[in-house]
Amino acid sequence: MLIRFFYMLREAGLKSSVTELLTLLEAMKQGLAGTSVDQFYYLARACMVKDETQFDRFDQVFAAHFKGIEQAFSALDGEIPQDWLAHLDQLDLSEEERAKIEALGGLDELMKALQERLREQDERHEGGDKWIGTGGTSPFGVGGFNPEGVRIGPQNSGGNRRGVKVWDQREYRNLDDSVELGTRNIKLALRKLRRFAREGAADQLDLPDTISSTARNAGFLDLKMVPERHNAIKVLLCLDVGGSMDDHVRVCEEMFSAASSEFKHLEYFYFHNFIYETMWKDNRRRHAERIPVTEIINKYGPDYKLVIVGDATMSPYEIMYAGGSVEHWNEEPGAVWLGRLLRAYPKAIWLNPEPEQRWPYTPSVKVARELMEERMFPLTVSGLDKGIRRLQ
Amino acid sequence: MSDTRFTGTDKYIATDDLMMAVNAGVTLQRPILVKGEPGTGKTMLAEEVAQALGKPLFEWHIKSTTKAQQGLYEYDAVARLRDSQLGDDKVHDIANYIVKGSLWEAFEADTQPVLLIDEIDKADIEFPNDLLRELDRMEFTVYETRKTVRATHRPIIIITSNNEKELPDAFLRRCFFHYIKFPDEQTMTRIVDVHFPDLKKDLLREALASFYKVREMPGLKKKPSTSELLDWIKLLLAEDIPAEALRADDNRKAIPPLYGALLKNEQDVHLFEQLVFLNRGNRQ
Repeated sequence: MLIRFFYMLREAGLKSSVTELLTLLEAMKQGLAGTSVDQFYYLARACMVKDETQFDRFDQVFAAHFKGIEQAFSALDGEIPQDWLAHLDQLDLSEEERAKIEALGGLDELMKALQERLREQDERHEGGDKWIGTGGTSPFGVGGFNPEGVRIGPQNSGGNRRGVKVWDQREYRNLDDSVELGTRNIKLALRKLRRFAREGAADQLDLPDTISSTARNAGFLDLKMVPERHNAIKVLLCLDVGGSMDDHVRVCEEMFSAASSEFKHLEYFYFHNFIYETMWKDNRRRHAERIPVTEIINKYGPDYKLVIVGDATMSPYEIMYAGGSVEHWNEEPGAVWLGRLLRAYPKAIWLNPEPEQRWPYTPSVKVARELMEERMFPLTVSGLDKGIRRLQ
Repeated sequence: MSDTRFTGTDKYIATDDLMMAVNAGVTLQRPILVKGEPGTGKTMLAEEVAQALGKPLFEWHIKSTTKAQQGLYEYDAVARLRDSQLGDDKVHDIANYIVKGSLWEAFEADTQPVLLIDEIDKADIEFPNDLLRELDRMEFTVYETRKTVRATHRPIIIITSNNEKELPDAFLRRCFFHYIKFPDEQTMTRIVDVHFPDLKKDLLREALASFYKVREMPGLKKKPSTSELLDWIKLLLAEDIPAEALRADDNRKAIPPLYGALLKNEQDVHLFEQLVFLNRGNRQ
C-alpha cells in the first residue's frame, strides 16, 4: 500500500527517495504512528517532505490516496469515531445556541440524529444541507451556516479541527514558491549569481600561507597577506518605467534595491516600453540626459550580464517597425537595438513582472520572447532562480 | 518508550505535528530539521526538549563564516607556533592544540545529549554536505592525531533553519522535517497562558486582537511574531496598562501603547502610524 503511495508522491513531483520511505516504514514498525490517521499523516509528512512549499502537494496526494481510509479506522472504533462524541460535553455553546438546540429537540435529540446520520453517511462530504462534512448547512460539521449546528471535534486539542481532516485543510497553500517577493528573497536569489574573486589591496592575513611559509622559514614568522574577497560579478540592469509598468512598481523597486545592495558592479538604465537607441539613468531628466546604447555597449565589456526588466506589453509595432516608439521617432526598430545588446552581452535574460499565464495572450510578449531566444522569466522567486541559472 | 516521549513542557506548547516530528527523530535517532518564521520558537524547542527529557544540551550557533570543521575540532596552529618559539614542552604533543567543537563534546557526553545546530542556513552552501557522514555515522576522524571520535550515545540533533539557503537533498534525506507555522489564535492563547498565567482575561483578549490586527496590516516588512508578542505583553504588564487602552475603538489612543516591542523596523512604525492616522480621520 505504501509503495503505491510513494510512487504517487513521486509522480506529483515530490523528491521523496527510497531512504525516506524506509525511514517511514521503520518509524511505523517502532509504533510511532499508533492507530490514528492524523498521527500517521504527521509522521509521513515529517519523513517524506522536506520543504514547506511542498506541503500542499503532499496533502493533495495524501487525500487522494487515503480517501476512505479514515472510515476503516472509525469502523475499528465502533460505529462513530469516539473522539467526535467524547468531547461533546466541552462544546462551546452560548445560552442562545443552547436555546436553538432546544428548539431542535434538545442536545440528546440532536446527538441521536447525528448518530443516525453518521450511520447513513458512507463517504466524505462537502457542501449540501444534510450530510456531515464541511461548508454545508447541515447542523453537523464544520464551517457551515446552520446556527443550530454542532461543531464536531474538540476545539482545544492542539488546534486540530478534526471535523475537517487536517490534510484537507491545505493550510500551506500560500507558500507555493511563485508568490510574493520581498527584497530579502530577491537578494537570496541574486546571491546565487555570486562569484568571488580576490581583487585590490592585500589587507587580510592569509593564515594557511603564513603557516606554511613560516614552517619553510625554519619557524620564524613570515606573514602573508591577501586581498579581501569580493563579488566579482558585473550586472547591467535595464528597467522599463512608466505606462503599463506602473502596476509593477513595487516589485521592480524591490528587485532594484536588492540588486543594488548585492552587486558591487551594477549599472542600471531606464527605458520606456522598449529599448531603442538611447536609455537614461535619471527619470526626472530623461529628456535632457540620454545615453546612447552604442556608448553603453562600448563602455561595459561583454563580461557584464544583461538583465532586462519589463512587461513587454505594448503594440508589436513598437518593437518591429522604425518609428514605432510612442515617444519619439526612432530611425531603427527596437528589435534591432535589442539584437545589438544581445550580441554584445551573450549572457542575458528578460524578467517579466506579468504573470506567466498571461504571456501567450499578448503578441508583443511573444515577439520579445522570440528576440530573447526564450530567455524570458517571470519576476518571481522561482522565475528569478531559473533566470539566474541561465546567466551562470 | 513512554518516558522519552516529548509532549511539550509547562513553558512550551507543542502542536501534534511538532511532537510527532520530535518523537520520530528521538526514536529513530535521526536529526530533526525545524523551519519556520523567525520568532516561532525554533531555538527554544531544543532547550525545551532537553529540559523535558532531562538531557544535557549542547549548542552550536552557526554564522556565515562557520565551517563544518569547527563543530568537530580546531587545530590551534598559532598557539603551537607561539609555544614552539618560546620553547614550551607542550609543543611536542599535537593533541595539546586540538580544540574540541560542540559536536565532539556532544559525542563524548556521558548520557544521551541534545545537540542544537542553530541557523544552519547562515553558513556556506556546502556546509551541510560537509556534515553528512558525521551526522549519519556519528563519528569522525581527527586528522592531526589519527584518532577516531565516535559518539558514546547518539545525540538527539535539532537543526534550525530560516530558509535563507536551500539545503542539499542528500542532507534533507537524512532528517525529519517540521515547519513551525504561525500559531492560530487558540494556540496563541495557550502559549500566552503558560507564560503569563495570571494575566487578566480581558487584557489578553484585547492584546491578542490588536496583535493579529497589526500582523494583518498590509506592507509590513517584518511581521511581529510570537516572541515579540510575549515581550510586548511583558511590557504591558510591567506598565500596568488597562485592557481598555488597547481597544481600537478608543479614538484618542488608537495606537497600541508600547508598540515598539511589536514593530522592529522604522519604516514599519512609520507606515503603522500613517495607517492609524488615516483610520482616525475616516472615523471622525
